[in-house]
Amino acid sequence: MLGKILKRLGTVVPSLIGVVIVTFLLTRVMPGDPAAYFAGPAATPEAIEEIRRSLGLDRPLLEQFLAYVVDLAQGDLGTSLTTGLPVMHEITTRLPASAELTLLGLIVSMAIALPLGVLAAVRQGSWIDHLSRVIATAGVSLPVFFTGLLLVYVFYFILGWAPAPMGRLDFFFSDPERVTGFFLIDSLLMGDLELFRAAFSQIWLPALTLGIFSLAPITRMTRASMLAVLASDFVRTARANGLPPGKVVITYAFRNALLPIITTLGMVFSFLLGANVLVEKVFAWPGIGSYAVEALIASDFAPVQGFVLAMAILYVLLNLLIDILYGVIDPRVRIEA
Amino acid sequence: MTATPTSLPAEKAATGLLAHARHIVTENPVTGLSFGLFILFLLAGLVGPHVVPYDPLASDTAAALAPPSAAHWFGTDQLGRDIFSRVVVATRLDMTIAIASVALVFVVGGLAGLAAGYFGGWTDQVVGRICDTIMAFPLFVLAMGIVAALGNTVTNIVLATAIVNFPLYARVARAEANVRRDAGFVQAARLCGNGEWRILLGQIMPNTLPIMMVQVSLTMGYAILNAAGLSFIGLGVRPPTPEWGIMVAEGAAFIVSGEWWIAFFPGVTLMLAVFCFNLLGDGLRDLVDPQRRT
Repeated sequence: MLGKILKRLGTVVPSLIGVVIVTFLLTRVMPGDPAAYFAGPAATPEAIEEIRRSLGLDRPLLEQFLAYVVDLAQGDLGTSLTTGLPVMHEITTRLPASAELTLLGLIVSMAIALPLGVLAAVRQGSWIDHLSRVIATAGVSLPVFFTGLLLVYVFYFILGWAPAPMGRLDFFFSDPERVTGFFLIDSLLMGDLELFRAAFSQIWLPALTLGIFSLAPITRMTRASMLAVLASDFVRTARANGLPPGKVVITYAFRNALLPIITTLGMVFSFLLGANVLVEKVFAWPGIGSYAVEALIASDFAPVQGFVLAMAILYVLLNLLIDILYGVIDPRVRIEA
Repeated sequence: MTATPTSLPAEKAATGLLAHARHIVTENPVTGLSFGLFILFLLAGLVGPHVVPYDPLASDTAAALAPPSAAHWFGTDQLGRDIFSRVVVATRLDMTIAIASVALVFVVGGLAGLAAGYFGGWTDQVVGRICDTIMAFPLFVLAMGIVAALGNTVTNIVLATAIVNFPLYARVARAEANVRRDAGFVQAARLCGNGEWRILLGQIMPNTLPIMMVQVSLTMGYAILNAAGLSFIGLGVRPPTPEWGIMVAEGAAFIVSGEWWIAFFPGVTLMLAVFCFNLLGDGLRDLVDPQRRT
């Protein structure tokens, strides 16, 4: 098992190298002259040349790339032009907000999609099966920013069940002491139920938006995978032996059906991390997505580059985690290794 | 899945395909509906700017923020511009972005995949490595990065959407070319003295077209979503140009004060367009590849 994990870790290396090369190249194709940009509109050609030298832009591309990698290894992602703060610092302080939202969105989505997919497969052709099919088709067509706005209109403006979409906490509250960076967990650790309720009232709507977005692929996969397992011999045998239907479906079928579902999680994460940016914009969520969007508008490239790199590394690591989880759950994968 | 007798005579294959197409459109009303929607979007894109009741850019502050009415079917926005006219006019831009990016990736990704599957060796290695690298990014995030780096223009939105879709096309084309590289008709063509590229483009490529066309319609919806998402966060299209994503973004500020129609109608149109292409893709797949019917 350990050997397999190490081998899988080895495959991460080329992906990471590819990711670093691409994010480096993105800066090189950037339109305009970064040196002229830094120097400002009133700069003389000599001043621009001076800045070019100090930025290292006059050196060969390979040398610049090495300098970039060395900076990366030291955790230096450059400095934002608009805020003047190191990008690394901003990303690490904002990452928990994004992670909390994305994870809660995934939990919401699993809580709805798994039972729905299982029921759709068990009662194939029933109304719940049709419902799951409608969700699976409609879900992939919904622009996530539009779902978010609709939910805000219904739950904030009409029903008043949710607060205004203005970030993680109402102005009356101050942030909980930072332990995990997740407000829901930190407020509980402080034993402050009032704060927990305030944080929850802000997060449930954006999390629901993300959940609806990732509902479609998980439901579809659960249904397909359950159908395949339910048709297999061991389920027939379990039924023939007179096991109660609940036990057959949950213990025998569902556990085996989980494997393909976990594989699709990789794809779901690719969509979720992208959708996260849009949801953060709609709900003014102070995560890394809205940080990147603000920087994009201001043509401030270092934060965007740092954001793309951080997201890609996160995604590569998530895929690694999914693969390892797969090996832990499925003994056959372990034997083959 | 029910087995239907499809033993049509060879000379009737063309009419058989038409009949099959009609069967699919009529048998599944949803596919028929999506086909109707597709025609509607096509018409809006072609003649939309000439038939809309108002100038999409003309503001009329007296009628600002008016809810939907007989005069303004979809209401007006904060500058009094008619939302119905803007939504219809935007169809052309949104469709152009989606079609251009899909066409681009269809040609480039398709050729790269064909070459990879047919020649194997280092071509396969290089194409595979490029696909892996693109897939290592969350796709929307990569598109954001590309547009930020190349510059904030509509052309670059097209380019970015094409790049993030590259692996999908290259992989399908590669698989299709790979299974045919040593097929009988390919060996026959080789024996006749055809060059490798001639075989690839003349013999193998036409055979991969049906599957690739399905891929086009399946990724078209994603291309529209991707482009609208990018313009929603302020990339590419600039106001006051009518475009669905940017119109939703403009309406977002008014949702909290109850003016729902500004964001709602462009959003619903966007959703319908994506929905239409996804269903059309499913229908097309049934037509081309009945074995994969779900």
